[in-house]
Amino acid sequence: MLAFAGVAVLFFALPLLGLLWRAPWSKAWTYLSDHDSLTALRLSLQTSLWATALSIVFGVPLAWMLARSTFPGRSALRALCTLSMVLPPVVGGVALLFALGRRGVVGQWLYRWFDYQLPYTTAAVVVAQTFVAMPFLVITVEAALRQLDRAPEDAARTLGASRWYTFRRVTLPAISPALAAGAVLSWARALGEFGATITFAGSYPGTTQTMPIAVYLARETNPEQSIILALLMIVISFAVLVSLRDRWFGAADRVGVSS
Amino acid sequence: MRRLHTPLVATLVLCSLFAAACSDDNGAPTTTAPGTTGDVVVLAASSLTEAFTEIGDAFTAANPEANVTFSFAGSSDLVTQISEGAPADVFVSADDATMAKITDAALNATDPVVMARNSFAIIVEQGNPKGIATVADLADPDLVVVLCAGSVPCGKGAVAILANAAVTVTPKSLEDKVKGVVTKVTAGEADAGIVFVTDVQAAGSAAEGVDIPADVNVISNYPIVVTKDAQHADAAQAFIDFVTSADGQAILATYGFLAP
Repeated sequence: MLAFAGVAVLFFALPLLGLLWRAPWSKAWTYLSDHDSLTALRLSLQTSLWATALSIVFGVPLAWMLARSTFPGRSALRALCTLSMVLPPVVGGVALLFALGRRGVVGQWLYRWFDYQLPYTTAAVVVAQTFVAMPFLVITVEAALRQLDRAPEDAARTLGASRWYTFRRVTLPAISPALAAGAVLSWARALGEFGATITFAGSYPGTTQTMPIAVYLARETNPEQSIILALLMIVISFAVLVSLRDRWFGAADRVGVSS
Repeated sequence: MRRLHTPLVATLVLCSLFAAACSDDNGAPTTTAPGTTGDVVVLAASSLTEAFTEIGDAFTAANPEANVTFSFAGSSDLVTQISEGAPADVFVSADDATMAKITDAALNATDPVVMARNSFAIIVEQGNPKGIATVADLADPDLVVVLCAGSVPCGKGAVAILANAAVTVTPKSLEDKVKGVVTKVTAGEADAGIVFVTDVQAAGSAAEGVDIPADVNVISNYPIVVTKDAQHADAAQAFIDFVTSADGQAILATYGFLAP
């Protein structure tokens, strides 16, 4: 067992080691303070946070519906709503184009009536990221809702609490570790999103060129810069994962709610 | 026993991690008879996709013992792949500047030979609904113009053409390869882009081209080399000989490439 665990650790540590080994440390600051790098970083943080917020706002009700109500075709609906997890991101981007692009099922009417073209905008980046990231939150929250002891909710209801009040004051606090875990997973997926973004939103500095795309493009012109940018993304992700792990996932262990 | 297995498992995991590098060694034997046997891995500029696919078929038809595997991508992406040790026998770039990165790093086994040339055109939707006639028309801020990123040959060409015509364009997106521009236009998400003449032809009825006059246009060379680490150098040279032969040149011409 330990040997296999060791291989797994090595498997994740080696690529990081590779980056550290090849990183041009003496020029790191020059590359990091580069205007284009900062622009891409800011855009990535903004869009991924927006995508996480949208995933929570729409994903929690979706998870609630999938966990609590029974209706024919629920399994198919769940599969539909989590399809983008298994879809190659580029395919997801093409599908989004056919839906929301200028010639898309819905997009053509947006263009015709409001002269609005979603692709090439920062909003399109958020849409692409939300499309691939939300299922991670839905699945996590749905699992927590299913495993939740219904007794406190029933008690609240018999004591006269409305459904919304019960959800807000009883259910939500109970699933908050799972919600946090799902939100972090979604955020991480959104931050790393590449394929759907470049296909659906395009790539332009400041509006649609996120960090992963900047890393990819820099790899062609300036491989050293791409390594530094990649390391910066890793540092940010690592910091978030480590700090949240202690605060929220740790809380889950203590309270005894499995997520 | 457990200790013995650990390195094996680790090797398997690492091998799958670097699947591309490992799997190639399992392919065709490395010690083949000289000539046209073996599997030639050709890394070629994205704009050669259609023409080289046909040339590959013709080459294998003429040399049944040989096999050609293509990988098409942006020229500069391919340079990065080669410098990182990706398996490759032949490399073709869509301009001299990108090939210079290979020759400067001494990653070539033969001197670059220009096998074709290409010029640029404006690609627009079928029927040219926006009525684009000149390079200057691209400056219209209401147009959705998509160009290649400055790192790839088609992007360098576009920058040079816009400079030649003294036109300033604000593109909506900078694609990492020429086919990215083509698909944005054929999908109806962009009104116009600057691509190679051959890309317009390859797009067929989905798009049409607007000529760029010669005094503004740029001609790009397509140099071809056998790579330093070629596993099948003889077959690679045979492939290059075929491309530069009358048969190969005839195929390139049908796709709109100019003779070298």
